[in-house]
Amino acid sequence: MEAWILSLVTFFPVVGAMLLLFIRKEREAAIRWAALMTAVVTFLLSLLMLSGFDSSDPDLQMVVRLPWFSIGDLQIEYFLGVDGLSILLVLLTTFLTVLSIISTWTAIVERVREFMIFFLLLETGMVGVFLGMDLFLFYVFWEFTLVPMYFLIGVWGGERRMYAAIKFFLYTMAGSIFMLLAIIWLGLEGGTFSVPDLIEAQAIPGNLQFWLFLAFAAAFAIKVPMWPLHSWLPDAHVEAPTAGSVILAGVLLKMGTYGFLRFNLGLFPEASIRLAPWVALFAVIGIIYGAAVAYAQKDVKKLVAYSSVSHLGFVMLGLFALNIQGLQGGIVQMINHGLSTGALFLIVGMLYERRHTRDMDAFGGLWRVMPIYAGLTLIVVLSSMGLPGLNGFVGEFTILIGSFGSEAIGSVWFTIVAVVGVILAAVYMLYMFQKLFLGPLDNDKNKVLLDINRREIFTLVPIVILIFWIGLYPRPFFGLTEASVAKVVELVSSAAITMR
Amino acid sequence: MSSSDLLSVAPVLIISVWAILLLLLDLFIKNKGLTASLAAAGVAAALVVVIVRFGSDQVAFSGMIVADTFSDFLQIVILITALLGIAVAYDYLRRMNMERGEYYTLMLFTVAGMLLMSLAGDLILIFLAIELLSVPLYVLSGFARPEKGSEEAAMKYFILGAFSSAFLVYGIALIFGSTGTTNMAGVAASIAGNHANLTLLTIAIPMLLVGLGFKVAAVPFHMWTPDVYQGAPSAAVAFMSVGAKVAGFAALLRIFVSALPELSQTWGPVVVAISAATMIWGNVAAIAQSNIKRMLAYSSIAHAGYILMALAAAADPSVSEEAVSAALFYLFAYLFSNLGAWTVVLALERSEGRGLLIEDYAGLGRRRPALALAMAIFMLSLIGVPPTVGLIGKFLLFRVTIDAGLTGLAIVGVVTSLISAYFYLGVVIKMYMGTGEPESRSEGWLNRSAGLTALVTFLLGVLPGPILILARSSGFLTP
Repeated sequence: MEAWILSLVTFFPVVGAMLLLFIRKEREAAIRWAALMTAVVTFLLSLLMLSGFDSSDPDLQMVVRLPWFSIGDLQIEYFLGVDGLSILLVLLTTFLTVLSIISTWTAIVERVREFMIFFLLLETGMVGVFLGMDLFLFYVFWEFTLVPMYFLIGVWGGERRMYAAIKFFLYTMAGSIFMLLAIIWLGLEGGTFSVPDLIEAQAIPGNLQFWLFLAFAAAFAIKVPMWPLHSWLPDAHVEAPTAGSVILAGVLLKMGTYGFLRFNLGLFPEASIRLAPWVALFAVIGIIYGAAVAYAQKDVKKLVAYSSVSHLGFVMLGLFALNIQGLQGGIVQMINHGLSTGALFLIVGMLYERRHTRDMDAFGGLWRVMPIYAGLTLIVVLSSMGLPGLNGFVGEFTILIGSFGSEAIGSVWFTIVAVVGVILAAVYMLYMFQKLFLGPLDNDKNKVLLDINRREIFTLVPIVILIFWIGLYPRPFFGLTEASVAKVVELVSSAAITMR
Repeated sequence: MSSSDLLSVAPVLIISVWAILLLLLDLFIKNKGLTASLAAAGVAAALVVVIVRFGSDQVAFSGMIVADTFSDFLQIVILITALLGIAVAYDYLRRMNMERGEYYTLMLFTVAGMLLMSLAGDLILIFLAIELLSVPLYVLSGFARPEKGSEEAAMKYFILGAFSSAFLVYGIALIFGSTGTTNMAGVAASIAGNHANLTLLTIAIPMLLVGLGFKVAAVPFHMWTPDVYQGAPSAAVAFMSVGAKVAGFAALLRIFVSALPELSQTWGPVVVAISAATMIWGNVAAIAQSNIKRMLAYSSIAHAGYILMALAAAADPSVSEEAVSAALFYLFAYLFSNLGAWTVVLALERSEGRGLLIEDYAGLGRRRPALALAMAIFMLSLIGVPPTVGLIGKFLLFRVTIDAGLTGLAIVGVVTSLISAYFYLGVVIKMYMGTGEPESRSEGWLNRSAGLTALVTFLLGVLPGPILILARSSGFLTP
């Protein structure tokens, strides 16, 4: 199993997408089922991967390493591997893909076959980003995810979809081109593109680390998105179809934070230590800014989009605390954000499908007509604002412990401001909940709304279960990441010693 | 002269003799499809010969001809371009009512010139080859006579082309004056032995750059490109946008890397400047175009700029071999991405120049899904997005540029790639997200060419290995 499982998880969606080409495009039900089955099988394969994963081993596992092609003396490899930094993200990707496809059942009625093909190709790209351990291979997957997402937004999106699609593409590409140059430079200097080998060698002098760090950070910070590089996000989210938003928020943004974790911390530990206070500063600004702007929105989807800016600020703060708690909290918070924001976008999508508006003023008192919907939403909202007992609390609390005791960040003020962000999250989330569900049911159009059906409940319930699971018993999740995180932290602290 | 000398120029001989025969035969052929097939057969025969003799280095005709792997690789590129050029021309000429047998004969003559260009070991032969390839191209540009646009294109191309050739000849004359020889190996030896007059050479270098820069459409010698590409029959443009560029780069690389390596301090910075200007201006000007032929014209200018990065890098002797092979691979990649894009243009063009606006592509994604997919692949490849060969090509170019220490130029390269994403994606947006009912007929050879080029563009993006190895073995220029 060792050798082929990762390739299978990565490329099975492509196989499914190819099969879809053979189904006549009129047979939409068959296409939907085939796509769903592909996603389910991929998810099961990723569980199989999990079952073979040894959480006490900090290194890459189930590695497949074959020569791909060579440029000059540089060997570019087909090199996949999984460790504690990436395994949860892979699972999150395959899990959310299944739910997203279910959510499109009645929402996507045009060009269903193309939609599903792009969606499955996107899954391959995302999984590849998390598993690719050759810098060039990683870049290929990284850049490839743009293509299907560009089509998903551009073809199936809302009114301003063309603008949003091209903005998304250009913005993200603007960051990644500098990463490409940095990758080439690393390959030329290090003689290899293999990430673990480059990390092992630690041969990059400190003054150059600074520039390379920035080049990689350009790509990742745009993806996260960190303030002030976030302006593509609201447009892309608002125009994207529901399933696109779920994946965008749930997984694509994590590619940015994962990039910082895997590449910036590992390859440029000295620069990471030096720049940690700056990253923390931008992260904290993002937390407050995202929360404030979210509160000002009338459009529910925009509110959720800006809340992502705020939440990912927490993740960045945790990662650049550069200690075990910070990193572990950061990783778990990536998963939490993927679950709860993914769920929020599903929730918004359900409402939009019924009413074709997302203006909060058009709603009120929905609790009475849609009790199941309201109940599930409440859980997700509480999870998103970090109520103890639910997953958000576990992640944020660990991050705050990490950043509070962080030597690298160097000041407790960042933590204190971030705590204010937690409170603000409660403000805008509860404000949204109140606007939608509480108050009088005074709009006639809302009186006839049907509660969510079994299919829709089915898309939310698995997420809710995980919300409780992580909230009440997070140990298995932390356990998966522990060994690898400890290795990264050790690497960074040994760099800190050499710096002194 | 020995018989092995003849073998080294066998592809050129086959093509030229075949062209002359075809010129006569065509008088008796009613069905022009047969002419096209015969022309293709000649090209295929030459291709077989090149492939068979691949890898055997040979200097023939007292140094006039240098048949090495470098020239073999380029000949393969040129001959594939010719085959595809014939395939796409057949349907197009018939539809546009200009099906005349001379078209294919003229193509064969220009192909002979291009092949000779890649084989030339002597500056005189370079000049001869450039005229042999240019004159038929001037005629092909005016092939849609009596259409005004086409005539104007031919005239403009001819006058500016003649002008640029004059510069080239002057440059060659100055080199002869300085070194006493026109043989490239001789020139290199003379400079290395300190026998050359460096002042004359310093004047000659810009002259050569003007003459050849015109052929590859480098800024600031690119002015003719948009007008000629717009006016000339699209099938001819599809062919020459690749063929002429390949030939131009064959000469540029051969002259500068093998004859003037000692002077790389002089020409290196100039090439850096030209390359940067070409990338910037080509990509920026392309944004403003609404006509797809003009857009692709600027795109072809921009790509000349990217390939010039390799020449700039080749100024550093330690990476020159890598740089040449990067240029070769890029030309191979460009052949498929660019000719493919032109194939789609041909499929959508209608008489009297309609169907050429980017507007006209709206709705192609619904109407002709396969064709639109092919076009999307070409556009992504021209930007340099995976999984297409364009990314691998650009990756190679950026790598040698950084390796040569020209990080600034590489940054210009990536930033202009980003700019290019805007206008290439503009076409994709129109095809998939616009609403419209584009008219296009489904024609066998156009479909096959589009499918084949799209497939190669994709496959080489996933498995570039074999061509990379081939390009790497062809990077060494026989001195």
